[in-house]
Amino acid sequence: MPSIPGCDWIAAARGRMVTESEGGAPGAFGRLLDSDLFWSFRRSPVTVAAATVTAVLVLSAALAPLIAPHDPYDLASLNLLDSLNPPAWRDGGSWSYPLGTDDQGRDILSAILYGTRLSLEVGIASVAFAMAIGVTLGLLAGYAGGWIDTLIMRIADIQLSFPAILIALLVDGLTRSILPHEQQDQIAFAVVVLSIGISGWVQYARTVRGSTLVERSKEYVQAAQIIGVHPVTIAWRHVLPNAMGPVLVIATIHLAIAIITEATLSFLGVGLPVTQPSLGTLIRVGDKYIFSGEWWILLFPAIALAGLALAVNLLGDWLRDALNPKLR
Amino acid sequence: MTGAPLLEVEHLRVEIPTRRGVLVAIDDVSFSIAEGEVLGVVGESGAGKSMTGAAIIGLLEPPGRIAGGEIRFAGRRIDQLSGEAMRRIRGKEIGAIFQDPLTSLDPLYTIGRQLTETIRVHLGLDGKAARRRAVELLHEVGIPSPERRIDQYPHQFSGGMRQRVVIALALAANPRLVIADEPTTALDVSIQAQIIALLKRLCRDHGTAVMLVTHDMGVIAETADRVAVMYAGRVVELGPVREVVRNPQHPYTIGLMGAIPAIGARRERLLQIDGSMPRLAAIPEGCAFHPRCPQVFERCRRERPELLPAASSAAACWCHGERPGKAADA
Amino acid sequence: MIAFILRRLLQSVVVMLAVALIAFALFSYVGDPINNMVGQDTSAQDRAKLRQELGLNDPTLVQFAHFVGRAARGDFGVSYQYAQPVARVIAERLPATLELSVVAALLALAVGVPMGVYTGLHPDGWLSRLFLALSLIGVSLPTFLTGILLILVFSVILGWLPPFGRGDVVALGWWTTGLLTLSGLKSLILPGVTLALFQMTLIMRLVRAEMLEVLRTDYVKFARARGLPNRLVHFGHALKNTLVPVITITGLQLGSIIAFAIITETVFQWPGMGFLIVQAIGFADIPVMSAYLVLVAFFFVIINLVVDLLYYAVDPRLRLDRGGAGAHGH
Repeated sequence: MPSIPGCDWIAAARGRMVTESEGGAPGAFGRLLDSDLFWSFRRSPVTVAAATVTAVLVLSAALAPLIAPHDPYDLASLNLLDSLNPPAWRDGGSWSYPLGTDDQGRDILSAILYGTRLSLEVGIASVAFAMAIGVTLGLLAGYAGGWIDTLIMRIADIQLSFPAILIALLVDGLTRSILPHEQQDQIAFAVVVLSIGISGWVQYARTVRGSTLVERSKEYVQAAQIIGVHPVTIAWRHVLPNAMGPVLVIATIHLAIAIITEATLSFLGVGLPVTQPSLGTLIRVGDKYIFSGEWWILLFPAIALAGLALAVNLLGDWLRDALNPKLR
Repeated sequence: MTGAPLLEVEHLRVEIPTRRGVLVAIDDVSFSIAEGEVLGVVGESGAGKSMTGAAIIGLLEPPGRIAGGEIRFAGRRIDQLSGEAMRRIRGKEIGAIFQDPLTSLDPLYTIGRQLTETIRVHLGLDGKAARRRAVELLHEVGIPSPERRIDQYPHQFSGGMRQRVVIALALAANPRLVIADEPTTALDVSIQAQIIALLKRLCRDHGTAVMLVTHDMGVIAETADRVAVMYAGRVVELGPVREVVRNPQHPYTIGLMGAIPAIGARRERLLQIDGSMPRLAAIPEGCAFHPRCPQVFERCRRERPELLPAASSAAACWCHGERPGKAADA
Repeated sequence: MIAFILRRLLQSVVVMLAVALIAFALFSYVGDPINNMVGQDTSAQDRAKLRQELGLNDPTLVQFAHFVGRAARGDFGVSYQYAQPVARVIAERLPATLELSVVAALLALAVGVPMGVYTGLHPDGWLSRLFLALSLIGVSLPTFLTGILLILVFSVILGWLPPFGRGDVVALGWWTTGLLTLSGLKSLILPGVTLALFQMTLIMRLVRAEMLEVLRTDYVKFARARGLPNRLVHFGHALKNTLVPVITITGLQLGSIIAFAIITETVFQWPGMGFLIVQAIGFADIPVMSAYLVLVAFFFVIINLVVDLLYYAVDPRLRLDRGGAGAHGH
């Protein structure tokens, strides 16, 4: 067999080895800008538009108390004489109520701003709630194993065979029947968050359980166990950060679903009440006037909701595609 | 080899446009295969061997595309044919075998159905005749009780059996050339030898030429007539198998041969080439191997060597150019 | 196979019992079960007597058993809102919901599957992009919003179709159908489309995604390498493999049609079970809610069971028959 003549292998190889330099910007933000994610974001005008719309809506919702011309919750400021006013550009309208008023004299524009805010608040709270339940149960199932795991996963499977909206509706109905009738309006927010949260925990649990199982078999976890680190610490410090990536993707998509679910529940009359209207509630109110000609009560909240839902969905879609390794 | 070559690949260039620029996966590759000859194409993962096969048969995965050179089959140019024209060649003139027999077969169709549909497309036989031919093929590749097993599903066969079925499918229409892409890599070692022997026998019996792509030098040594060694999308050595194995002329090939343990050879350590094959995005200037080469000269860093005659084969190394180099010893 | 069916049946029974437990808890402990069963005018004495007769002083487990027994016979007590037996109230509304659901399901499949196949085969065509954009809107908009917008356009502005109700219905035994009258059919259009829209877009995107993934598999590549024409590759191998998971998921989706029917019925004031349950929740009509719970659970359990069996029947890999699995030598 031939042998390599002469040279010092090591010196030769080291001096000329190709280095893995990409030349990207240092720092986390620099890497973000240079990343595949941002590139696919920039490349799709639809996604950029969706992100802009979402940003505008979120911003205006957050600033609602500052920019809304009226406070729709302040019952004292409502003037029944001003009810059912058309939008400002039509006869009978005025610029103090730019988009018209509803049957109670509420300014539609303000109601939309506050309603969007409420929709977003409920959405975020529900997602957080579902995430909390789901991640905890997922960690528990993955880490403890055994019958706990089987039990939790069975429940998850069974719940998954029912549509989420149905579960949300039933939880909502059950809670309402248990609670005294008079308090329903005040705790409607909590009831809705509870319903949507319970209907949505399963995906988080499953993903986290999967990640936990993967991490648990890794050596650093076993090492920590041998040293005697408490399981909760291991779960919190080591397993959780690795599981969070897919969880966040699910959360984004779930946010869109949560917003729509809340709107649906409110539309059906079992969500947020008229005294604290979300966009769904406003549409419910507007639906009554669809034939009698006061179209603005329905149309503007409908456009706002459609815009919000579409924008968040588009963003979620793009995120899912961008992070899906199979589609790259 | 008498007569014109069956397959001629000349200065083939395959590019993959990505968002970071255009990657060159195959860079000026030339070789030919004669009728009935077995050409081994060997190299590491990512060297471009599979892609060469895919380019020849017209199944490059987009966005990869042929950006230069010519591919001629039986004297006729095929790299620029329309989809339909290429389809007629596939299966009938040029066949292909892929690496994983489990995923190569449709799990929802019986193997009989997959065989007969291929036979009917190319040979125009009716149902009964096609089925008879299918049973014959199965028998030829060594499947026991073919009349019964023809109605079974792929998952009911073991790995070795499945690959036999795949071979049967590839040879169903009697192609003149078969591109075998890592046909034994996914199989147990004990079965590999059987499959290789089968392939060899069938191709000899039918006079089929084979382009055998693999990273396993042992398979090449046993099966191929000639061998092409690929590195970073280029051919670095090309010659008769016996010569290249016994008397490698390119430092990379030398390294490859040195890395094979040989029974009876006295050596304390297997030879190891430092470093790894460069990624497509970072192929060095000049000779692609120069960063790892123990015999590198200034010229190697600047100019890319073509295949130069070296002993009884050809190697892309400046050691064999006008500049006096060291001869590799036996 | 038998073991599989038995296991699924057992699981179904467990689920049903669990749901029945919840329904029972609702029925017995929320609100007064006596109120659930008799009208408001019954005297306190009669109530006490009834309480004893009905065994409401019995241990919980016994009461639960009675509840299950009654439920199995279809007796769910008396609705608060309608002062009629719940069973009758539901039976009156069942045909409306079923007709709407089946029409919507058929519509969703008839449009969704072909569109999905088309966009999967031509992912970059303008028509595909259009369908995808429309489908995104269909998926993003909440069902009630689509319904309202359709009413706005087709009833309020154009005045072509009726916005509310079911139109004239014809009674066939205890079933009432709107399919035999013109006004019935016209009334079915808007709610049917609304209900189908979400499903349709979901099915389309699912079929498309599956199709795209199947087209990248090795067996499709091998089929092409064998020179099979596009017709066989796309509509034979690819389509069959696409539809297998799609069938099952669609079956499960049928269940969600029931859920979305609730919303659609509310928007269009369609006199079905969905509208009933919404009113019941608003009214705190416990007997109706509890009955709906059990019925819906039953329906879903049946659907899941059927879908599992269907999957089993369609995918040969799940049928582990003894006839020829693997170990037959090499």
